[in-house]
Formats: sequence, structure tokens, C-alpha cells
Amino acid sequence: MNSKFLAYLVKRLLMALLTIFLVIAITFFVMHAIPASPFSSEKAKSDAVIAALEAKYGFDKPVPVQFLNYLKNILRGDFGLSTGWVGNTVIELIMGGFSYSARIGFTAGLIAIILGIILGSVAALQRGRALDKIIQVLTTALVSMPSFVMATILLLIFALQLGWLPSLGNQPGGLVLPIISLSLYPMAYVTRLQRSSMLDVLGQDYIRTARAKGVRSALVIFKHALKNSLTPVITYAGPMMAYILTGSMVVENIFSVPGLGRLFTNSMLRTDYMMIMGVTIFLATMIILMNFLSDILYKVVDPRIELS
Amino acid sequence: MSMLEVKDLHTSFFTPSGEVKAVNGLSFSLEKGKVLGIVGESGSGKSVTAYSILQILTSPGRIVSGSIKFNGEELVGKSEEEIRRIRGNKISIIFQDPMTSLNPTFTIGNQLREAIMLHTDRDRRQANERAVEMLRLVGISEPEKRIHQYAYELSGGMRQRVMIAMALACEPDILIADEPTTALDVTIQAQILELMLQLQKELGMAIIMITHDMGVIASICDEMIVMYAGGVCERGTTDAIFYHPMHEYTRGLMRSIPDMSDDEKVRLIPITGTPIDLLHIPPGCPFAPRCDRAMKICLREKPREYWVGRNHLSACWMNVKNNACFETRPEEGYEEAEE
Repeated sequence: MNSKFLAYLVKRLLMALLTIFLVIAITFFVMHAIPASPFSSEKAKSDAVIAALEAKYGFDKPVPVQFLNYLKNILRGDFGLSTGWVGNTVIELIMGGFSYSARIGFTAGLIAIILGIILGSVAALQRGRALDKIIQVLTTALVSMPSFVMATILLLIFALQLGWLPSLGNQPGGLVLPIISLSLYPMAYVTRLQRSSMLDVLGQDYIRTARAKGVRSALVIFKHALKNSLTPVITYAGPMMAYILTGSMVVENIFSVPGLGRLFTNSMLRTDYMMIMGVTIFLATMIILMNFLSDILYKVVDPRIELS
Repeated sequence: MSMLEVKDLHTSFFTPSGEVKAVNGLSFSLEKGKVLGIVGESGSGKSVTAYSILQILTSPGRIVSGSIKFNGEELVGKSEEEIRRIRGNKISIIFQDPMTSLNPTFTIGNQLREAIMLHTDRDRRQANERAVEMLRLVGISEPEKRIHQYAYELSGGMRQRVMIAMALACEPDILIADEPTTALDVTIQAQILELMLQLQKELGMAIIMITHDMGVIASICDEMIVMYAGGVCERGTTDAIFYHPMHEYTRGLMRSIPDMSDDEKVRLIPITGTPIDLLHIPPGCPFAPRCDRAMKICLREKPREYWVGRNHLSACWMNVKNNACFETRPEEGYEEAEE
């Protein structure tokens, strides 16, 4: 078992490295195919200034050489200098943004998963009754509402009209609205997944066995049914967590949270090559990491699953 | 007094297209330590009868009326908590498909311990000992190792043995076996039946054996019930029914058993037609549309059960017509009429 697990880990690691390399290569060459330069702006700079800047950041070399240099630097843990926020390294900026995004994202993701599992299970148990119908209507509405509409409505009601919560992310309590806006969609999605999965499990023979043994109905659900019904949610939760942790462009912009999502949007507006590549690689790594975690969780939940 | 006494049981499924009367006026009794067979084709209400006794029916199914008395205690109308204490403790059940009846995500040991700890004061360690003991009793090798395994690591026959161990862990008075060998291959079938009989003798419980295999009934049951469309055609001791079937449906079932003793090739005689639609039960005998000897009254009026022997009841108009039945139980020494 242990040597098998080690082999699995090594395999996953190699796969991850290959994936990250491909992400780097694609982002790099796509970025360099864009005609815009990081130094183009409304204010015309002289050719000499631009040439000097390009030399400083190494953009004057042929693209393949730049690529090799970039790879070499990454291996040393150096993701380069930002051209959009002069004087900052990409790593510093990403970590700065991530500290905000992760805080919001982790809370929102956790709320979404826990509430989603509870609401979905309740809906399944109340199948066809009023509570189930209410949950279904609400979650359908929530999954079909774009996040910018959701965030704007929340902002309008709770910040402007009721004045309960601040509208800006850097004020005390200011992270509450972004967390709610971020969590609603995944929560609704998890609820729907959990409802159908729970319904499926409740019809299984082993649930009947548990009841026939004389297990209390609450325990039938929370022990026998719940564990078996979690697989779809785990599948969804892995990538969902990766996205939500790395920040939402829309929500962070609306609530002015200086997180990774906002950083990403701004680095695109500033054609900051280094930042765009840095954030993309970071996002890819997070997704790979989260997928790995959900694979491990599968095994915890369902012993039949072979990690290979 | 019988240990289990079912009287005029009606269980229905309330589907969007109407009430499906799965069990429709069933009565029977079970004595302590006896083996009772319930035979009938698919959809005749055998399993629903079992689920009704334990009240593990799932929505939209429920008991509509009737009485189920266990040791004189009425089970119908008991609270969920009261009936829960009986399930798996006094009355246990094993199911048809051992492949799907065990929870795939908990170890065998966990599921066995759960059954034991629910109904006894044993702590975890004692429950574990009991689990190992039960696994050994049902003939599973290396039980100490097995309790750490999951259902998917065991074969079908082994899983059914685990199910039996789980059902018997609290030494129930009644074991309901709902087609316990249908999903197993033939050699394993014989082993499982033998195991059940052996345990029945050792532990002294009664068994309700639900099956569609007349051979199983003949070889292990003291008494039997022939069910059709949710009701009883005929019930009594296995000997009485096998030697003197007093219902056209039972006779049809007997004719459809392949006879291996003859060297000649004999065609099996099937019962023609299909079972009636339980959504729209016609008046009269439910078997009448398929019965070769149906009379006018059979289509008009449903026959009730009459005594046709000292340990033998049948619901067939033919017996009334032939003067072969009684309102009350015949005296001792009564010889059954030869058909």
C-alpha cells in the first residue's frame, strides 16, 4: 500500500510538472504574440526610452531565448519583475493579493460546501414537499444569476439601502459581502449536486439494510447515506476551491478587494506580461493541487477507489 | 398462540397513477422455531409482505390496514422508535442481493458492530468479539482479518454469509430471508441454504423463507404459503400442499417444475398469460383470467379461504363446488381428498 501510494505520488508530481510546463509555454507564447507592449501607453515614450526599458526587463532578446531565461528563473523561484507595478516582484504582488483572496475564498468555499451539503441532503429527504421545492427554486435562481448581478444586488441592499455592511473590502466587516457573493453560486451548485446524489443513495439496498438493522433514521442518513453521497460534491469542490481561492475578478472589483482577481484584471489592462504569466501559473498550480486533494478525499470517502 | 400472526394485511403503494395494492388481504401465522415458505411469482407481494412486517417500506408504500402481532404484541401503528427496537433484534431480514446490500464505504466489522451495539449493552470491544464469533459461525475463514475488509473485497457468497451473520448477531426470534439465494450461483445457493438450516437448528429461531423456487420450499419448509396478486391462494403444511394441491395456481406451479427423473423428454407446462395489473384489480379471483378451469363465479366474486384439510387452507371456488372444503378446521384424523 505504502509503496503503491509513493509511486502514485511520484506519478502525480511528474504529471503536475508537465502540466505546469505546458501552461507556462502556452501562456508565454500567446503573450508574446500580442502586438501590445507593456510599455505602450497614452503618453508617448521615445524609442530610446522604450529600448532601454526592454533591455532592462530582457524583452530585447529573441523570444526563444527569453523563454529559456524565464524557465531558468522560475526554477530559481524568480517569477520576474512586474512592469505594471514598478519596483515590485511578481511573487510579492501575488502573495499580497493571495492573502486577501484566500481569506475570502476559503471562508466562502467552506460555507458553500457545508451549507450546500446540508441543504441538498434536507431537500432530498423532503423530496417533493414544500421545503424541497423552495430549496430547488432558490438554487436554480442562484446558479443562473451571474455573479456581477448578485454582487451588485447585495451591495445595493445591504450596503446602500440598509447600511448594515460597508461597501468597500478594506473597511471593518467589509469582507462579509464579498464572501457572501462568492459563496452563493457554489453553494447553490453543491446543493443541487448533493440533492440528486443523496436521492440516488437513499434508494440503494444498503440503506434498506441499515433500516432493517434498526439503525435510527438520523444515523441512517448521517452515517450510511452521507458518506456514500459525497463523491460528486468532492469532484466539484476541488476545482471550485482552486478558483475561489485565487480570487474572483468580478467580486473583487465590485467590492474593491485588493485580491488576486483584481490584480489579474489590472495586470491584463496594463499588459504586464510577467504578472499575467505569474498569476496563470499560480492558478494552474492551485487547480492541480486541489484536484490532487480531492483525489485523496475520494479514497478517504470510498475505499473502493484505487489511486493510480 | 403463534409467535407471528398476520391478519388481513393490506399494503399499498400510492403512485401518481393510483393505488397499487401490493398486498391485498393476507393472513398467516408462524409458530416458534418453524420454517415458513412464501412462494409466488415476481410481483405477487412476497417481499412487500416482509417489508411490511418490519415496516421498512419506503414512500409511497404503506400499510393500509390489517394486523401484525408478534408474541401477541400489535406491530401495526407502533412508533418508529418502538419498531426500530424490534428490527434486527427480534426480527431480522436478509436480502436478495448481497452485492448491494452491504454498505460499500464501511468495513464489515463496522457494520456488524453497529448491529450488535444497537440492541445490546456490549461496548466496542465486546461487539468486536461478537462480530468475529458470528463470522466464524457462518463459516467465514480468518474472521479477525475479514472484519477489517470492505464488502467489495468479498465474493457474493461471502457477502451473503456476512449478511446472515449481521442478521443473527442479536439472536432474533424470526429471520426473514427474502430470496437469499437468487443472486448466487447454484453451488453457493446450496451452501447458504444448508447454513441457514443449520443455524436455525442451533439458535432455534423461526424462518420466513421467501422464494420463487418450489424446490427450496420442498426441501426446507415446514409450512408454506402460495401467494398470487398480493393474496393467499393456498397455505398449510408443505406436505399437505405438495401432495394435495387444492388451488389451480398451485397445481400450475407444480406442473411447471421440471422433472429430472424421467429419461423421456417432457415439455414443461407453463402457466399461460401474465399476472393481473395491481392498479386495477378486477372483482373475483385474481387468478381466474389465467385459470383453465375458471367458472362464472370465479370472475364475479373473490373466493375466501376455506379449510381443505386439517393443516391446509385454500381460496378456490372449485373446492366449494366439489364440496371439498369446510368452514371450520376439520377434526383430527381427517384424510384429505385426493384430487
